[in-house]
Amino acid sequence: MSDEQQSGNNVPSPRDDTGEVIGVRKGMFGANNGGDTSGYGGLVRTVTLPGASARPYGGPGGVFDEIADELEGALEEQGIAPGNALVKTVVDRGEITFHVAREHLVQVARTLRDDPALRFELCTGVSGVHFPGDKGRELHAVYHLRSLTHGRLIRLEVSAPDADPHVPSLVAVYPTNDWHERETYDFFGLIFDGHPALTRIMMPDDWQGFPQRKDYPLGGIPVEYKGAQIPAPDQRRSYS
Amino acid sequence: MSAPHETPHATARATTEGTVYTVTGGDWDEVVQSAAKADDERIVVNMGPQHPSTHGVLRLILEIEGETVTEARCGIGYLHTGIEKNLEFRNWTQGTTFVTRMDYLTSFFNETAYCLGVEKLLGIEDDIPDRATLLRVLLMELNRLSSHLVCIATGGMELGATTIMIYGFRDRELILDAYELITGLRMNHAFIRPGGLAQDLPPGAVDHLRELVRTLRKNLPEYDKLATGNPIFKARMQDVGYLDLAGCMALGATGPILRSAGLPHDLRRSDPYCGYETFEFDVPTADSCDSYGRFLIRLEEMRQSLRIVEQCLDRLEPGPVMVADKKIAWPAQLALGPDGLGNSLDHIKNIMGTSMEALIHHFKLVTEGFRVPPGQAYAAVESPKGELGAHVVSDGGTRPYRVHFRDPSFTNLQAMAAMCEGGQVADVIVAVASIDPVMGGVDR
Repeated sequence: MSDEQQSGNNVPSPRDDTGEVIGVRKGMFGANNGGDTSGYGGLVRTVTLPGASARPYGGPGGVFDEIADELEGALEEQGIAPGNALVKTVVDRGEITFHVAREHLVQVARTLRDDPALRFELCTGVSGVHFPGDKGRELHAVYHLRSLTHGRLIRLEVSAPDADPHVPSLVAVYPTNDWHERETYDFFGLIFDGHPALTRIMMPDDWQGFPQRKDYPLGGIPVEYKGAQIPAPDQRRSYS
Repeated sequence: MSAPHETPHATARATTEGTVYTVTGGDWDEVVQSAAKADDERIVVNMGPQHPSTHGVLRLILEIEGETVTEARCGIGYLHTGIEKNLEFRNWTQGTTFVTRMDYLTSFFNETAYCLGVEKLLGIEDDIPDRATLLRVLLMELNRLSSHLVCIATGGMELGATTIMIYGFRDRELILDAYELITGLRMNHAFIRPGGLAQDLPPGAVDHLRELVRTLRKNLPEYDKLATGNPIFKARMQDVGYLDLAGCMALGATGPILRSAGLPHDLRRSDPYCGYETFEFDVPTADSCDSYGRFLIRLEEMRQSLRIVEQCLDRLEPGPVMVADKKIAWPAQLALGPDGLGNSLDHIKNIMGTSMEALIHHFKLVTEGFRVPPGQAYAAVESPKGELGAHVVSDGGTRPYRVHFRDPSFTNLQAMAAMCEGGQVADVIVAVASIDPVMGGVDR
């Protein structure tokens, strides 16, 4: 490995300054309803997720660049402009995330699975994340793909707005996602188009609402302990 | 529709969907006979959710024709406890208390996966003390033994082999005693914390563990003698619950199921964490793709785990078990007092009597917790059941923004239909036992 490459691995990858703003944090000590005499009450900070990375992506031995090159090449061969399918690529904490436009998700996943240089045979399912502050992209579906052939791990991320919570289903490519997508639908209300039987899996069939969304309350009752009332967990002070 | 035929063991009632029989033990033939008298040919059997041989509250919905299962489906969610949602309302350290209860037979794996994820987000993977990592490995390998023992014990019991059950739980009990000595608890330890461990080994623990390894080495061959060559056992297990490599890959099955199809995929080897690349052990495989192969793999994995435990014990050197960064490390030093485990008197004396800064630190870390920079991370460990992954997302706050566990039981259980359809009703039990689902992990 040359010196440039090594130093390229050691310094954090350059980031887009903007990143993804997911919210604004106000104050400091979780006193949200007045009474904060600390002087920190007026503090306002934006919360930003790591933004897009620029080349080189690095990774152990430059493997992230290799994956990105192969993927972009394979997509071009199929007549898909990589820029349209891959919205952005984020390298953060030694992991690479491809943000995929939802209309191209199935094609990207199939390419990742079938291309001999990629061979991501194993999908470890989908995990939903709800960012109410990420306007227009509130619901995220996150997939982790593992290549047993090459010993690699990547992450795909797709987003959908709250107003149109549709993401194509990957069951046709990775049948293991059957239950995972049902679970994400159950908890986040993300509708996976093309899933063979998208029904609730954990909650009762007639349940109203999607419990893992941020606007869905945890619930709970205050508990009395040694004479004092301890509020329910979602009513306790949170340190913003 | 004809009138329901009652038997002493099966009360019947007519519904719009057909006659429903509630079977509570007794002679299966009687039920089949009385159901055969009805003009409805299709029989749907609901096994569970509270049936002793469905490993907790798993509901199997079987469509049968005579003794053959034509369609099999799982109904899950009866043990959903909202752990992932609850995590979002506690601080990062409190998270271990919840995740340890997911798959309650593999507590240390849940805790480690979660902590590795949090540590990756914090960027402190390289600062975790060696002793903490070694003890994590040691506890995980003991945990692999205790989990496999339960699998083999309950699996044997479901075949009617109660001796295996007694033996399995006897040996698991020895391991639980070791847990109790080390963590204070037999289950649900919350011992592995972001940054390291809750506390160091108590005095005498190393000797206790060496004795335990000796005892288990003596006991493990008994399973071989009892079961491995037993013709009845083999007849029940061989070619039952068949799932080949293509099926495993498509359905995402990992762990002993995947290895029974011949692929030596083990995250400890293919994507090492916690320094597993420095340990000597073998990854056993089988090529039979069936329940018997999985049984043999579990037996062999237990022997390999003992090897790893011994290597851990040999390598243990005194040192800290919590990261040095005082902004992350849990401030308390635990000690055993007359009323149980709690803060050591030395620590109380320090924060209450001598150092106001230490008191402020203690207060801030315990009530507020530490902040984790925004971003996401995925940490996976090879649990006894397969790939256990934790997807951890932070928004920069003192609480997890989202934690999702890719539990191997959940994913592997999807393979139930592929393993059972076309087989016999009695083989469903064997196939499900070979998946080794734990509903605490499946439903979370």
